[in-house]
Amino acid sequence: MKLLKSSLNLYYLDLILELFRKEFKVRYKSSILGYLWSIALPFTQAITFYFAFKFIMRIQIENYTLFLIIGLFPWQWFSNSILASTNALISNASLIKKTLFLRESLLYATVLNDMVHFILSIPIILVVLFIYGKSISFNFLFFFPSYIIIQFLVTSGISLIVSSVNLFFRDLERIVLVSLNILFYLTPILYEEKMIPKEYYHYLLKLNPMFPLIVLYRDLILKNTVNEYYLITSIFQAIIIFLIGYIVFNKLKWKFAEVL
Amino acid sequence: MKEETAVVFDNVSKIYPLYHHITAGFKYFLFNLPRAIKQMKRTSYKVFDNVSFKVYRGESFGIIGHNGAGKSTILGLIAGVIKPTTGKITVVGKVTPFLELGAGFHPDLTGRENIILNGILLGMTKKKILSKLDSIIEFSELGDFIEQPIRIYSSGMLARLGFSVAINTEPDILLVDEILSVGDAPFQQKCLNRLEEFKQKGTTIIIVSHSQAMIERLCEKIIVIGDHKLLYYGDVKEGIKLYETL
Repeated sequence: MKLLKSSLNLYYLDLILELFRKEFKVRYKSSILGYLWSIALPFTQAITFYFAFKFIMRIQIENYTLFLIIGLFPWQWFSNSILASTNALISNASLIKKTLFLRESLLYATVLNDMVHFILSIPIILVVLFIYGKSISFNFLFFFPSYIIIQFLVTSGISLIVSSVNLFFRDLERIVLVSLNILFYLTPILYEEKMIPKEYYHYLLKLNPMFPLIVLYRDLILKNTVNEYYLITSIFQAIIIFLIGYIVFNKLKWKFAEVL
Repeated sequence: MKEETAVVFDNVSKIYPLYHHITAGFKYFLFNLPRAIKQMKRTSYKVFDNVSFKVYRGESFGIIGHNGAGKSTILGLIAGVIKPTTGKITVVGKVTPFLELGAGFHPDLTGRENIILNGILLGMTKKKILSKLDSIIEFSELGDFIEQPIRIYSSGMLARLGFSVAINTEPDILLVDEILSVGDAPFQQKCLNRLEEFKQKGTTIIIVSHSQAMIERLCEKIIVIGDHKLLYYGDVKEGIKLYETL
């Protein structure tokens, strides 16, 4: 029995890893610059925002390029995964209609894929960090992986909801697109969290799971500090969101083959 | 002697709710909320009801019926991807479906990479696929093309690849859905031979086909469905005769 269970788990791991490997290979198979593209977007965004907010609008934040990059890379993971998830089940319709493989694995593979791209971008963040004459500490080695796990749960949870509900309600795809755009500006990526007027601050923090995460990443890298309140909020949000995603997905998954 | 059953349908009905009221769009849904919800509950499409039959282990079983009669729905129910509205379905053993052309394949991956991916989606562990990789490639007769991305494959080559993976998964129950209509004659013959081998080994084969010749050659029993119900369950010859009068 135990053996059966472990071989079953092994199978799921194979499944998720193989789907992940497929996405990973496919993404760059026909582009020469490959990996560079995944860092080019946040990088050009950072330069653009620097131009608009530092150069033109003279925002009072030190090391603004570094500040931006630290927020933009995790955001890119989050937003790419959520966007890809709207289509993850639809583009595998013929498989879902015929085989009984674990449907969730399609989404975990998507989120994992963007996660690996995020991890691959860490050297870039470090290079910029050193250019600014800063360095990382032991704290980083422990907390950074924890933050990644938290973000994985948050992103997977939302992906599970978005992908499954989108099958029954295709407008969701557009709503997600618009919402991500709004959410970007409601997350302290371009500005510091302390700039937010006090009366709105708590709403933004509690309703936006990327809010505490971005601040956590940035505090860790720039100031080498960990804000416990944000950490606890973030863990709490991650667990709730993942559970909701898991439940919604499993409630709906019996109907996937019918609507696709 | 009591034979073991592989698949049992006991008074199975399948009714699909129609989802177009929500998929018609947010605006419609929002502005006609009470009506939309009421309609969602009421509108449905009955594929069939009270279908009962048994497939014994090692049997080759055909399903025939006109388009839209529910043949693929039956395969879906056996594979477990959809649930019956009422009734009970019992399936004993590992079910492997034949995927339609290129399903689960990615055009940019090579034939070899796709075999691994497809094998895993069909329920094999990676270790198992790697151990069978050579025999799968050999059966597909794709030669050097196996290292090429499958977007350059012809549809016949894709069918070969898909078939080669499916028959190497060692299924207990094989679901065949019109797949053999592609591929050239020699390969079709090879596939039929392989199906015969499966029969000899005691694999249960369930076939949906419009080709009466194929059904006649392979199957021992068939069901005919149409008119939202089971019209016939029994011998092949009589079933086909009945089907022809439909």
